[in-house]
Amino acid sequence: MGAVAVKTTLSESELIHRILAGERELYYDLIAPYERMVYVSAMSLLHNEAEAEDCAQDAFLKAFCHLPEFKGESKFGSWLVRIALNEAKMKLRKTRADLYDSLDNAVDGEDDEYIPQTLGDWREIPSEALERKEVKELLQKAVAKLSERYRLVFVLREVQNLGVATTAQILGVSEAVVKTRLVRARLQMKDMLAPAFKNGRLFSRHPFKKGKNPWL
Amino acid sequence: MAMTCKDVWREVSNYIDNTISPEMRHELELHLSYCRHCTAIIDGVRNVVVLVADGRLFSLPVGFSARLRARLNKELLS
Repeated sequence: MGAVAVKTTLSESELIHRILAGERELYYDLIAPYERMVYVSAMSLLHNEAEAEDCAQDAFLKAFCHLPEFKGESKFGSWLVRIALNEAKMKLRKTRADLYDSLDNAVDGEDDEYIPQTLGDWREIPSEALERKEVKELLQKAVAKLSERYRLVFVLREVQNLGVATTAQILGVSEAVVKTRLVRARLQMKDMLAPAFKNGRLFSRHPFKKGKNPWL
Repeated sequence: MAMTCKDVWREVSNYIDNTISPEMRHELELHLSYCRHCTAIIDGVRNVVVLVADGRLFSLPVGFSARLRARLNKELLS
């Protein structure tokens, strides 16, 4: 029986049932749809591809050990993300105790009004922007600069496209807090990125002809 | 009462995500019609949302799946 045939015929709950009954070889089919989700979650805290990959693997193994405890109250994906985030936090504590403390205690008054900068219009984005390595790195660096509370909400909502309720459940905060943090994170991201995109400055090494590109 | 800039910033997400009441949308767009600062902010945030939602931003490292399978096989099946 091929893996593809299994995937198309077995639902998630059937897969879990059969894995728990001893068919360990089906475990990869169960988690395959969540590879990116788990990796990105780890990446959102670790900011390092190799560490995030190790962390994702450890999280999947841990999830296997705890599979009997998965009761289906939350979605399987949310459950995996929670495990991945915990795993990443544990790694941070082990390897960067000082840094982690400072991140965790970073106070920037959640209730205060965030005043977005209004310098520089940033009307349109080139759709091919993300094919460029420097744009990708710029975005990843900006995400990394957000403080942890905003970064986690931002990554779960924007990168992973999870709903407000699911994000709130994973992080153990209220939906109102998720919404407030998302606004703050988006505005901060905008402020960090707008200057780089303004006037196509980012693309100055490969100037385009004026008039051909709407963002110039 | 007309919306202030601060009111607009608070609603920025709801506006972009389209989870805003028609009345609020109307008020907000009225504000945008004369405030280019807020217009620039909304445009910028929308660009962030579009760029970040692109799957290419945090794509899996090459060979990720193969290495994961190998590790699972080693630890779970042997």
